[in-house]
Amino acid sequence: MRELKILGVVLFFTLALYWGVEPFAHSQMHPHVADADFTFKDLPAQSKIGDAKQGEENFQNAGCAGCHSLKIEGIDAPMDNATASASFGVVPPDLSNAGAIYDTNFLAALIKNPTVALKVEHKFSETKPHPMTKFYGLGGDINQEIADIVAYLKSIAPTEKLDDKQVFADACARCHTLKYENIERTSEQVPLTKYMGSTPPDLSMMIRSKGEEYLMTFINNPQKQLKGTAMPRVGLTQEAQEQVINYLEKTGDRKKDERNALGYKVIGFMLIFTLLAYLWKVKIWREVH
Amino acid sequence: MAEIKKAQGIGDWFDQRLATKKLAKVMMTEYWVPKNINFLWAMGVVLMVLFSLLMISGIFLLMYYKPDVNLAFDSVNYTIMQEVDNGWLWRNIHGVAGSCIFLVIYIHMFTGIYYGSYKKGREMIWLTGMALFGMFSAEAFSGYMLPWGQMSYWAAQVITNLFGAIPVVGDALVIWIRGDFAVADSTLTRFFMLHVLLLPLVIILLIVVHFYSLRIPHVNNQDAEEFDFDVESEKYLDGKKKESKVVPFWPVFLAKDFFVVGVFLTFFFYLVFYNYGFAMDPINFEPANSMKTPTHIYPEWYFLWSYEVLRGFFFDIAGMAAMNIGLAAFGFANIIFMLLPFLDRDPNVAPAHKRPKFKIWFWLLLVDLMVLTVYGKLPPTGMNAWVGFYAATTFILLWVALPFITKSDAKFTGGVK
Repeated sequence: MRELKILGVVLFFTLALYWGVEPFAHSQMHPHVADADFTFKDLPAQSKIGDAKQGEENFQNAGCAGCHSLKIEGIDAPMDNATASASFGVVPPDLSNAGAIYDTNFLAALIKNPTVALKVEHKFSETKPHPMTKFYGLGGDINQEIADIVAYLKSIAPTEKLDDKQVFADACARCHTLKYENIERTSEQVPLTKYMGSTPPDLSMMIRSKGEEYLMTFINNPQKQLKGTAMPRVGLTQEAQEQVINYLEKTGDRKKDERNALGYKVIGFMLIFTLLAYLWKVKIWREVH
Repeated sequence: MAEIKKAQGIGDWFDQRLATKKLAKVMMTEYWVPKNINFLWAMGVVLMVLFSLLMISGIFLLMYYKPDVNLAFDSVNYTIMQEVDNGWLWRNIHGVAGSCIFLVIYIHMFTGIYYGSYKKGREMIWLTGMALFGMFSAEAFSGYMLPWGQMSYWAAQVITNLFGAIPVVGDALVIWIRGDFAVADSTLTRFFMLHVLLLPLVIILLIVVHFYSLRIPHVNNQDAEEFDFDVESEKYLDGKKKESKVVPFWPVFLAKDFFVVGVFLTFFFYLVFYNYGFAMDPINFEPANSMKTPTHIYPEWYFLWSYEVLRGFFFDIAGMAAMNIGLAAFGFANIIFMLLPFLDRDPNVAPAHKRPKFKIWFWLLLVDLMVLTVYGKLPPTGMNAWVGFYAATTFILLWVALPFITKSDAKFTGGVK
């Protein structure tokens, strides 16, 4: 039938056009990168089994609390946020939930050599050191000491699952704002901008501007998507990272469920309309054909 | 004054005062359309439906949108998309309809080109149609600026900059258009005015003229057959409906259109709810930032072909700067479709499949526009730049060849009388 042939031609050109300007063009502009690596294979694997009790002692002796708070254990930060930002550029994180949201291997590597684990070696050097100093050990087997500290952080971390907002606060909100949820960053903007080189963006609409797939690989390893960026690798476990992205989606696309639910109804309505219109058309045209 | 009698009912009451029965005949039941048509003839009605959707959704969006560089982004992405009940729905409808209307405009345009519905008395239909295309383009461009995202800002920057290439007055013109030295708040507010007031008014006026321009030469048909509409409509009114070559606009023509509109809207709402990304570029969900140029700047898909004609000339030729050649080609691309009725030298009307050389020209043009569109989005580097150059050159050559091709086709379509 002629009309179907014409429809075929129209559909062919329409779909070819869509394919060309959407999937094809985007694959050319944003080449696919390897999937997120939640085992952090590039970092040395930890073979030591940590002892939490010993870790607590190490934590104190290593002077971690000189910068970090550990509110869950009643240890407050030595400085308020404004002073900490002025001193370090960014407020050092509270470590209460660190054992729950960050990868074990990543935490160990971070303590041993922060710039490597964070993938910010391009930003820091001997003359411009990273605000978190390397842990040089307490005299014993350094790997064992680190394993103990990590075991300690894991032992004190909350056992029940943290809510998405809390993970976001721990992992992102020292630098980023989330306007649409009224979340301010904990660091002061001026020293932070100086420290990072530019102001870390507000994340309210990131789920729409970058999309879930990009964020999944980006948070896991920013350098993969944005070579040279000042943003450090975050080191979240897969579960915690999914919580962050989920929270971003709840912030930037909060009508998603409503949209998905309404869609079926509207399309269903249009199908019935189309069917009735077809029957009417057949009836009307029977008289003239 | 007409003699006013006691009305027989509400219909009669109006009829005595407004001649509504006569009006209904002229506009609907005795407005004659050829019977020998296919679903492509429904695109005009589909466009009217889409335009109505744009008007309605636009009115709702206008209630919450704030044309101010400090408020625009959040008024769209927070207030409308997340706070207001169903604000997201109106915005998705507005965005997707804005994109789809160009798809249907292109189908409508190429239907006209294929069946030769732009000449021999139908020039005004074509000209008003192309004027509508131009106004819709301006409407789309001004609307795209309103969310004040990265693409809004940078598209405004790049496009307004093009006027700077006009000799003598260029620089002053750019400032006059922007209302400032750079794209700024004054630019946003004036494009807002254009988008919600002046351009819609012009569009509505043009639509009226476009419809009116169909009245005298009548709608074309699948075989470009010429017949006497008065004779055929008499037959229809005499009850010889099957024999007549025409059908009334209401209910017969619209019965078919309603079905086509139904099919189209089913697809349209699928896009609105589940696949709207193509109409709302992710980059535009980043707030406008004059200090940060996006890696890739490209217009919406419907402008890509002419954008690629502009970019295609990327090297100097015979002492002419690449940019100037590109701009000249861009200007050419934007007016040449308008001139189609006068470049076609075949005095007869026939569908493309009955015009041996024109048929090839038609499909070549379509494929060339597809290539230009796709490469208009890709980064213009390496091979891509050359594909763009050849496709842009082909585009120009096709139009240069058109008068000769159509002239030589005339002997197949009935000869020059």
